[in-house]
Amino acid sequence: MATTATAPAYAPTESYGGESGLWSWLTTVDHKRIGTLYLFTALFFFLVGGVEAALIRWQLMYPNGKILSAEAYNQMFTMHGTTMIFLAVMPLSAAFFNYLIPLQIGARDVAFPRLNAFSYWVYLFGAMFMNFSWFIGEAPNGGWFGYAPLTTMQFSPNLNIDFWVIGLQILGVSSLAAAFNFITTIINMRAPGMNLMRMPMFTWNAFVVQFLLVLAFPVITIALVFLQFDRFFGTQFYEIAAGADPLLWQHLFWVFGHPEVYILILPAFGLTSEIIPAFSRKPIFGYPVMVYATMLIAFLGFGVWAHHMFAVGMGAIGDTVFGVTTLLIAIPTGVKIFNWIFTMWGGSIKFTTSMKFAIALVALFTIGGISGVMHASPPADLQQTDTYFIVAHFHYVLFGGSMMGIFGGIYFYFPKMTGRLLSEKLGSWHFWLTFVGMNLTFFPMHFSGLMGMPRRIYTYEAGQGWELFNLMSTYGTVILMIGTEFFIWNFFRSFKKGAIAGNDPWGAGTLEWSISSPPPEYNFARIPRVTSRYPMWDMKSPALTAEVPHTVSGDKRLDVDVGGKHAANGHPNPIGNDPKQAAESGMHIEHASGKTAKELHIPMPNPTIKPLICAAGMIIMFSGLIFIHTGKLPLALATMIGGALIMVNSLYAWLLTPLEDAH
Amino acid sequence: MAHAAAIHSAHDDTHGGHPPTSTGLDNKKIAIWAFIGSECMLFVSLISTYLIYKGRSVVGPYPHESCLPPICSTALKPILNIPVTSASTFVLLMSSLAMVLALAAVEMKDQPAPAGFGEKLLRSSKLWLWMTAILGATFLGFQAFEFTSFVHEGLTIKTNLFGSSFFTLTGFHGAHVTAGVLWLLTLLAIDYRRGLGPKDALNVDLAALYWHFVDVVWIVIFTLVYLIK
Amino acid sequence: MGIEKEHPTWSTYWKVAVILTLITVAEVWIYYIPSFVASRLFVPSLLIMSAVKFVTVVLFYMHLRYDHKLFRVLFTGPLIIAMTTLIGLLFLFGKLSLTVGALN
Repeated sequence: MATTATAPAYAPTESYGGESGLWSWLTTVDHKRIGTLYLFTALFFFLVGGVEAALIRWQLMYPNGKILSAEAYNQMFTMHGTTMIFLAVMPLSAAFFNYLIPLQIGARDVAFPRLNAFSYWVYLFGAMFMNFSWFIGEAPNGGWFGYAPLTTMQFSPNLNIDFWVIGLQILGVSSLAAAFNFITTIINMRAPGMNLMRMPMFTWNAFVVQFLLVLAFPVITIALVFLQFDRFFGTQFYEIAAGADPLLWQHLFWVFGHPEVYILILPAFGLTSEIIPAFSRKPIFGYPVMVYATMLIAFLGFGVWAHHMFAVGMGAIGDTVFGVTTLLIAIPTGVKIFNWIFTMWGGSIKFTTSMKFAIALVALFTIGGISGVMHASPPADLQQTDTYFIVAHFHYVLFGGSMMGIFGGIYFYFPKMTGRLLSEKLGSWHFWLTFVGMNLTFFPMHFSGLMGMPRRIYTYEAGQGWELFNLMSTYGTVILMIGTEFFIWNFFRSFKKGAIAGNDPWGAGTLEWSISSPPPEYNFARIPRVTSRYPMWDMKSPALTAEVPHTVSGDKRLDVDVGGKHAANGHPNPIGNDPKQAAESGMHIEHASGKTAKELHIPMPNPTIKPLICAAGMIIMFSGLIFIHTGKLPLALATMIGGALIMVNSLYAWLLTPLEDAH
Repeated sequence: MAHAAAIHSAHDDTHGGHPPTSTGLDNKKIAIWAFIGSECMLFVSLISTYLIYKGRSVVGPYPHESCLPPICSTALKPILNIPVTSASTFVLLMSSLAMVLALAAVEMKDQPAPAGFGEKLLRSSKLWLWMTAILGATFLGFQAFEFTSFVHEGLTIKTNLFGSSFFTLTGFHGAHVTAGVLWLLTLLAIDYRRGLGPKDALNVDLAALYWHFVDVVWIVIFTLVYLIK
Repeated sequence: MGIEKEHPTWSTYWKVAVILTLITVAEVWIYYIPSFVASRLFVPSLLIMSAVKFVTVVLFYMHLRYDHKLFRVLFTGPLIIAMTTLIGLLFLFGKLSLTVGALN
C-alpha cells in the first residue's frame, strides 16, 4: 500500500544521485544506473524478440504460409531464440542483480563497480554487433543452439554463423565478468548481522546463478572457439571427413545449455520468493529448504545435459543415467512450488499486479514442469523431441516461468527504482492479456506436437490436423502483443504520472525497503545492522517474524559457514560489540535527505569512461574476424589489432587508476 | 627458521570509510579464486576434447606412433618429444618456486635488513620476479620451438584432429602463460618505479595464484597429452 | 588484523620444489620402461603422480592449506564439477573402459 499519507513531501525529480545527461550515463559505475541501463536495453530486445516471434506466428498461421521464405524463417527463429535468451531474459535478470543485490545485502555498491559497467557495455555492443547482421540480410540461421556440423563452413558458407559465433563469445564475456563481481559482492559485502542464512531469497538465487554462469560459460566458450577455429582457421574439430565426432558440439553445447536454463529461471524464482511473502504478509515457508533446493538444482543441473540428446543414440546406460538425473532434479524444483503455496496458505493475500504475476509463475511453471518430466523418460522423449511438444514445454517454463517472474519483479521494484508506482489498473490489463495470450499461444502446441508437427519447419501442408492449433497460437500471440502494449504504456507513463511510492509501498520485509525510493547514490547513509532475514518486519511488524530465527550466533559478523564449520577469522563486529554504537546503529529507516555522498563523507567510486572504451575495443577486435570471410585479410588484421590495442590500453589505464579519490 | 613467523599472509586493509568485509578477506582475492574455478571448466573442456579425439585422427602425424604409408605419403615418426617437454615442464615448475619466493620477498620488504649475501638474494623481490618471468618466457620459448618443429614435420593446427586439439589446448595454455608473463613484467615495472612492499602483497599474491594455476594446468596436460599413450 | 595463521616457511617451499622435481623425474622415468608402460599400472600411476603434484602446488604454493576455508570451497566445488564433466564426457564418447588402467 502506498504510504503517501505518511511519507515526507519527496517527489523524485532527478533520481540516481544528481548527475544527469548522456555523459553521466556513459561513465556511470553506479550499480543502480547500470541496472537501469540493463532494464531498458533488455526490454527493448524483448520487444525485438517478440516481433521475431510474431513474424514466425504470422507465417505459421495457415498452411503454406507466404510471409517468410524458408531462409528468412530460419533467421527468424534463430534470432528469436538467441535474442530472447541472451539479449532479453538474461539481461533482465542482470538488471535485477545489479539493482537489487547491493540494496538487499546492505552494501553501497558491488565489489568491482567498473567491471560492472564493463559488463553492460559489452552486452550492449555485442547485441548491436549480432543484430547488425539483419542489415546485410545475413542474420544467424542455424538455430540458437547452432549445431555443428550444420554450422561449419561446408554447410553454412556465409556470414550468418560468423555473426552468431562471434556475438555469443562477446556476450559470454559480459556474463562471466558480472558473475565474478556478484560472487565477490555477496560473499564479502554483507551488512553486519547478515549471515548467509539471513540473505533475501532473491540474493540467494542470484548467488547460485553466478556459480552456474562461472562454470557453464567456459564450456560454451570452448565449443564456440572450436567452431570459430574451424570456420576461420581451417581446424578439424567438427569436420566429419577428418574423423570428427558429430556429437562433440552437442555435448559441449548442452553441458553449458542445461545450466543455462537454470540461469534463466532461478532469478525469476528469486523474485517470486520476494513477492509472495510480501503479499501474503508471511515469511517464506521453509527458507532453509528453499536455499538447499536451489543449491541442489544448480548442482544436479550439471548432470542432466544429455537429456537434450536422447535421440542421438547414446546407448542404454547413457540414456538411463541422464533420464534418472533429470527425474531427480524435478524434486527440488517441486519442493519450491510447494513452499510457495504453503507461504500463501493462511496468509493475508493482496492481489497486486506483481502478486498475480508471481502466482501465475507458480501455476504456469508447474505446467511446464509436468511436460518436462514427461520428456525425462527417453522412450517417451523419442516421440516428443523435435516436435512442438518441446516448444510448448520450454515456453511454459521460460515465458510462464521466467517472464512472469520478471514482470512481477518489475511491478514490485519499479517503485524502488523510480519512486513511483506502476498503475495497478493498467497492470491488471497487462497481466490478464498476457496470461490469456500466453496460454492460448502455447497450450495448443502440446497437441500439435504430439500429433507430429516438427520444430523449425517454415511451413506445413494442410490436412495433417495442425491448422486449428497453429491458428490458436497466432491469435494468442496477438493477445500477447496487446498485453505487452499495455505494459509499455504503463511503464513509460508511470515515470512521470505514477503515484508516489515512498520507501516501502508494499510493507515488505527486506533491507531495500528501508531506504528512499529511489535510493541515494550511496544507498545507505549508515550501514544497517540486520537482525533476521526480514529486518524491516522485525522493526515494523514484529509479529510477522515471531517464528523466524533471531539467534545470537546469527548476530556475529563473521558468519561464513564453510564445510559445516564456523569460520573464525576477520573483523569483529564493530557495531555489535560496542553497546553505545549498537544503540545508535542497528536497523533503521532512512528517508530521502537530499544529502550527497560528499556531505556525508562517504567515499564513492568515480565515474569513468574507461570500461566503455575497453568494451568497444573488445568488440572491434572480435568483429575484425568477419573480414576474413569477406576476403579482406589486411582489414581483418588491422581491425583485430586495432581493437586489441584499444582494449589493452584502456584496461591498463583502468587498472592503474584508483577506484575512488584517496581518503 | 627466523623468517617463519615474519611471513604474513597477504591481507589488504580495506578500511578508510568503507565497511569491513564480511569475511575479513579482500574482494580481489575472492574474485581470483572464482576466476580460477571458472578456468578449471575452460581447460577441462579443452582436455576432454583432446582425449575424446585421441586415436581418431584419420591421417598422421600422430603423437606417439609412427605413421606409415599408405596412410601417410612418407613415413612420419611420432611427433611428441618427451625429453624436451620434460625439460620445459621442469622449467615451469621452477618458475612456481620463483614466484613463491617473489611473494615472500615482497611481504618481507619492511623487515630489518638481511645479513648474509644468501639472505639478501632471497629477499630481493626484483630478482625473483625476474626469475619467474624469465623461466616463464623460457617455457614459452620451448613451446615456440616445439610448435615450429611440429610444423616442419608436417603437423599444423589444420592437419588432423590431433593437430587441431593439441595446438588449441597447448596454445590456450601458452596464451595464459604469456598473459602471466606480461603481468609479472608489469609488477616488475612497478617495483622499479616505486618499489613493491607489504602493501602490495595482495596484488602480487593475485599474480602468484594465477601463475601457479597455469602451472598446475600444465602438470595435467603434461601427463594426459605427453606421457599417456 | 586477523589471526596470525600458520604459514609456510622457506624450507617448505624448497621441499615442495624438490618433491615436484622428483615426481616429474619418476614420471618420465617410467615412461621409458616399455614393460611398465604396457602394464595396467602405467596409467593409474601417472594419474596418481600428477594428482599429487597438482594437490601439492595448490595446497602449498597457492597456500590453500593455510588460507581461509572459503577458498577451499571456491576451488573444490568447481573442481568437482569439472572432474565429473570430464569423466561423463569420456564415458559418453567411449573412452573409458570399465577395466582399470585403460584410457582408450
